[in-house]
Amino acid sequence: MVNVQINGVWHEFPRGMRLIEACEKAGSYVPRYCYHKKLSSPGNCRMCLIEMGLPKMGPDRKPELGSDGKPIINWMPRPQISCAQDVSEGMGIRTDSPLAVECRKGVMEFLLINHPLDCPICDQAGECRLQEFSVEYGRADSRFLENKVKKPKNIELGPRVTLDDERCILCSRCIRFCQEVAQDDVLGFIDRGSHSVLTAHPGKRLENNYSLNTVDICPVGALTSSDFRFQMRVWFLKETKGFCTSCATGCNTVIGTREDVIYRQTPRENDAVNSSWMCDYGRLNFDYLQSEKRLLQPEILSGDKLIPADWNVAIAHAAAQLKHFNGWEIAILASGRMTNEELWLTRQLANILGVDLIEIVPRTGPGDDILLSADRNPNTNGARLLGITMDPGSRLREIVDGVASGRIRALVALGEDATEIGLTSKQLSALPAFVVMSLLANASSAAATALLPSFGFAEKRGSMINRKGRLQRLNRAVRGPGQARDDWEILRDLIQAYSGRNGIYSIEDVFRQMSEAVPALAGLSLSKIGDLGVPVLEVEQTPAPSL
Amino acid sequence: MAITVSRPKLNFRERLYLPAILSGMAITIRHFKNMLLGRTKVTMQYPEEKWDSHLPEHYRGAPALVRDDTGRVRCVACQLCEFICPPRAIKIIPGEFPAGDKFAKVEKYPHEFDIDMIRCIYCGLCEEVCPEQAIYLRKDYAITGFTRADMVHNKEKLLEIGGVMHGVVLKWNEKK
Repeated sequence: MVNVQINGVWHEFPRGMRLIEACEKAGSYVPRYCYHKKLSSPGNCRMCLIEMGLPKMGPDRKPELGSDGKPIINWMPRPQISCAQDVSEGMGIRTDSPLAVECRKGVMEFLLINHPLDCPICDQAGECRLQEFSVEYGRADSRFLENKVKKPKNIELGPRVTLDDERCILCSRCIRFCQEVAQDDVLGFIDRGSHSVLTAHPGKRLENNYSLNTVDICPVGALTSSDFRFQMRVWFLKETKGFCTSCATGCNTVIGTREDVIYRQTPRENDAVNSSWMCDYGRLNFDYLQSEKRLLQPEILSGDKLIPADWNVAIAHAAAQLKHFNGWEIAILASGRMTNEELWLTRQLANILGVDLIEIVPRTGPGDDILLSADRNPNTNGARLLGITMDPGSRLREIVDGVASGRIRALVALGEDATEIGLTSKQLSALPAFVVMSLLANASSAAATALLPSFGFAEKRGSMINRKGRLQRLNRAVRGPGQARDDWEILRDLIQAYSGRNGIYSIEDVFRQMSEAVPALAGLSLSKIGDLGVPVLEVEQTPAPSL
Repeated sequence: MAITVSRPKLNFRERLYLPAILSGMAITIRHFKNMLLGRTKVTMQYPEEKWDSHLPEHYRGAPALVRDDTGRVRCVACQLCEFICPPRAIKIIPGEFPAGDKFAKVEKYPHEFDIDMIRCIYCGLCEEVCPEQAIYLRKDYAITGFTRADMVHNKEKLLEIGGVMHGVVLKWNEKK
């Protein structure tokens, strides 16, 4: 630990800490553009200038102590950047001295010289560092009489990122991100002086799977997301903490919604999971929640047609149908996208029906060594923990063969399309009982005898266990559409159709029941999981991503 | 608790009542005389007669969108008015100018712009907050309709009320 004086107060910081971080810890935030704590420090924006001093050394090379017993500080006449400097013993820092403030004002004025006045059409407005710091350090008027430099605007830097070079303040965060994190060195500056522009290398595009993180770290509106562009102003967005359910990594996110419409997902810092990043694939994978194909109304088969029914009728219908069969005649197709609570209730349902044949559908895709996992199911570990599957997908063959041979006469598909495991629509239609709980209309929902519309990841609460065994929590960001219901409520009602009231009224009740039975979850509750999750399992020790 | 109200003590002249009646009659007769001589102010016969020409400069009537001299709708759909609007009367759906459009430099325009005039309270905050000088409170005050839908002014209606606002805003010029 070293002693550092910040604005006249002595603090202790661990050796090796950056000055800019130390100042933030001490409660005086130093404005910055180029510095990002997860990236290297080039020190090129000059916004974080501070006044710095080192202890005055006596002839014996020991710091001379003042009357208060602390070292006397020799202040440097010129300001220093705080982002490229580590703390050292006896150092003095002034973050709000007249010199530091005057320097920042000067830097602000230079940054704004060529900046266009297009905040009204700029997507960054509202979360723009340039706007924020110009409130603190900017001039109300401009002294610049010359013509502003013209630069390229509205360029497609890649399939998902749009660039406006006039807004760029050349902080190089995006360049460093591509070099250091995404391992895809495609961006760079060309030309000189005030004509410098950010561009992609000739013949290359910013199209790696992490490109949208450059939009997040861009302190101004130079890089904007083509998907989110002009869709909604950021100040309208309600932000809900959640995590991404598109692969087993479970990157922590903030879901931006307005009036029950999801507009964007952005990564949320969690050093145990995703640092500050997330992949584009997961980030943009929410449109299906707002698709035309969402099921809005429970339906039951009457004659040879599905007719709308209310929930009581649909649940009673499904339960009555399943009651006709022995446990060995029923198979349950669960999903690795279900939450722990839902999987737990599925297990209860299987126990009540005496079903042994229960399996989740494995879902894989190419992974990488940054964040994206090859396992695209967010809760495979939860399914393992709760005894839904031993080896994901290993019993699917049994289900398919069972249906084909006629041994399986009732199938319950929970959030999965049964046609994707090799069953044909014809086979499914021929089943005497085929209960489908699904978000979207698909081939198997058309063949259902009871259709139960359910919720997507942003519409429900619950928990999942990621690939590193970390228990994380989903929060409700939007309300579900139509008459669709929360999955756990549907499962609970199915269970209650057999067992009568069981004292489960809320998702907390489900979690409590589960945590009492599952040792790994003992003592936990949804609120104890917290925003950053808790490790509960020792699984697959994948090396930490090199972030 | 009952409150005792003290009655004024009337003097003899007041108790006669006659002087008060006579002075009242005098006022009536004076008005009658003024009317005969055509010097009385009478009620304005609205809506045949209107105050329109007397409305003060700062009068706040219905909000409206304006076009600039080049015919562009000045609004760029920044949605600040939607944000500031106290009764949440404004709803904007932004659109993007396609590449090659005359106004492509502006990039953004309101694809839909609705003001619910049942909700509008004529406060003028939208005009005040607008960074593009695109929305103004005009002097229209008699906003009527047969249905709720009639009372929602869409973009066409707002531009019809607003018309063209002359004056130079150099912001989106090629040179600026």
